[in-house]
Amino acid sequence: MIEAVCCTRNLLLPVIASGLILLSGCSTSPEKNANEAPAQYSVESIVRDDVTYAIDIYDPWESFNRGMYRFNARFDHYIFLPVVSAYTYVMPDVVEDSVSNFFNNLFEINNLANSILQLKPTATLETTGRFLINSTVGLAGLFDVASKWGINEHDEDFGQTLGHYGVGEGPYIVLPIMGPSNVRDTTGIITDSLIFTEVDILNLDDHNKRKAAFHLLNAIDRRHRTGFRYYDSGSPFEYELIRLMYTEKRMLDIAR
Amino acid sequence: MKRYVISSFALLFSTLCWSGNGYDYPIDNPLAATVIGTPKAYTAELPNDIPRSDMKVVVFPDREVKKFIPRKALNYTLVRQKHAAPLVFSIAGTGASHRSAKMRLLEKAFYQAGLHVVSLPSPTYANFIVTASANQVPGHIVQDSADLYKVMELIEEQISDNVDVTEFYITGYSLGGAQAAFVAKLDEERKVFNFKKVLMINPPVSLFNSVSILDRMLEENIPGGVNNFDAFFKDLMKEFTKVYTELENLDFNDDFLYRIYEYEHEEINYSRVAATIGISFRMSSTNMIFTSDVMTNGGYILPKNHELQKTESTTDYFKVANRISFTDYFNERFYPFFSKLTPGATRKSLIHDTSLNSIVDYLRSAEKIAVVHNEDDIILAPGEIDFFRDTFQSRAHIYPKGGHCGNMAYKDNVDYMINYFTN
Repeated sequence: MIEAVCCTRNLLLPVIASGLILLSGCSTSPEKNANEAPAQYSVESIVRDDVTYAIDIYDPWESFNRGMYRFNARFDHYIFLPVVSAYTYVMPDVVEDSVSNFFNNLFEINNLANSILQLKPTATLETTGRFLINSTVGLAGLFDVASKWGINEHDEDFGQTLGHYGVGEGPYIVLPIMGPSNVRDTTGIITDSLIFTEVDILNLDDHNKRKAAFHLLNAIDRRHRTGFRYYDSGSPFEYELIRLMYTEKRMLDIAR
Repeated sequence: MKRYVISSFALLFSTLCWSGNGYDYPIDNPLAATVIGTPKAYTAELPNDIPRSDMKVVVFPDREVKKFIPRKALNYTLVRQKHAAPLVFSIAGTGASHRSAKMRLLEKAFYQAGLHVVSLPSPTYANFIVTASANQVPGHIVQDSADLYKVMELIEEQISDNVDVTEFYITGYSLGGAQAAFVAKLDEERKVFNFKKVLMINPPVSLFNSVSILDRMLEENIPGGVNNFDAFFKDLMKEFTKVYTELENLDFNDDFLYRIYEYEHEEINYSRVAATIGISFRMSSTNMIFTSDVMTNGGYILPKNHELQKTESTTDYFKVANRISFTDYFNERFYPFFSKLTPGATRKSLIHDTSLNSIVDYLRSAEKIAVVHNEDDIILAPGEIDFFRDTFQSRAHIYPKGGHCGNMAYKDNVDYMINYFTN
């Protein structure tokens, strides 16, 4: 659930870019009412300036991010989820699983590249093995035979690689449609998509229609596999909690 | 020595309850059971895909919508059978939504048993406070149950054309279990549903006692006291990180926690587990208290007359709200509010009114109500489990272990719940 809500690694590049441009120049301070009176437990009397709280994540663009979070929630509700539910209605479960396996297998290319970059021998070997086995015995990735044989998946991306070499998170960003991220991980997403495009194992660059279908299906599949629902946490602090959990989860991923 | 005494007690109780039949839920420590739940190998076999519909109902069409929480409708889940069948209303526990893991479990169990299911969020859940609570100061079990009743009436109207209902049942876990009984009692006067069966799952006896226990779990188990809340919170996250990195290929779920439990069995720091439960409860009460404050302009955490804007930061309010216990809320918000509303109400009378003791005569005589509970439920004060034995007699089904709702997904428990509603 903490995963970025959806992510097509490729098509969304222009979306991210435009989002980043939008980031410049937006911050609103709270509007103060003339007849406001201090609360019984006021922020001033309890919160200390000299303390960094666990919930504090560096978020200089918070106002923009919150706006984007709301936009994403609406997009999810009115467009994304209805499409996903139509998809699950039409597709038999077995096919859904095969689609997931297919994309997982293709993106082993990114796992492999980043395992190598982080000099992780086990992950590199296992990822290579998985890709070879699943692409052949697993019928072009439709079946995850390797997992059944006990060869584990290693999720590695370029954001993790950067983190592995000590690059900090940078400011928190809520990306359009894809959701929670930060400057480091956004750089990672862009790099991974460049790697994937460079390898271009499906020869997508020569087939524009196929390319669009590929990215659309990938987006639907990812959303389908993510249980997250906006405003489902029942917390008025959902924005803060997701921000914390995303950051913690990425720290865990990098430490692994 | 003490340990042996305790375990022989437990053994004694289990023989009393089970007359020799084994109850093999695998986790003996009630704190661990509460956190871990039921490991996969021990869960009942239930269908994975059931036909759930996300539904919504507007309870107060004229209520003003706040910019910060722009919600008008209450969300609930309907699981519908294609044939005529009984319908069971199911109420979530403190702070939980209609989509919580335990609610999903109940949906699967009851759907498999051939019932329609309507899953409702707890009246302490933000969406309920915003859209369905009459006074938006949650926790008064009588008032909250009246709110639930109104919601259920609207839902019944909404779905009656599409769902063929033969009779109505009601259930709920934790606080939802207690509310189920209060709703049933209200129905004796209103007679809209004429519930045929009511099942309370791990309910508190006294709401006040239970929240005090949960508050204390946090306050007494954080090293250095509650002023170190934030340091502990950070520390806890770090520890999870460590364990997670050592066990590379596990997902972060019940089984993961169970593996750690098996792995560290003798060395588990139960004070830390207790603090974890305390923190999780504190998060629920934080959400509830702040939502109520925003909706009522209570001036408790948010400055009085301050309207939160759509994209305004609330991070500082989170830091403040975290420091307030449910007991503080009870004394400083809840009690003043209801004592104004009901002249003559005292702190003591409010504590009584929000306890099952206030309807004990009804519970004793209502043959249609049963309770399922655990001997070692951590939300009960010492001796409170006997309230259920005394009041419900043979209608109380008490397991020797399971903590608070930890064994709900265990095979025997699921079988019992299904049998209760189908026989």
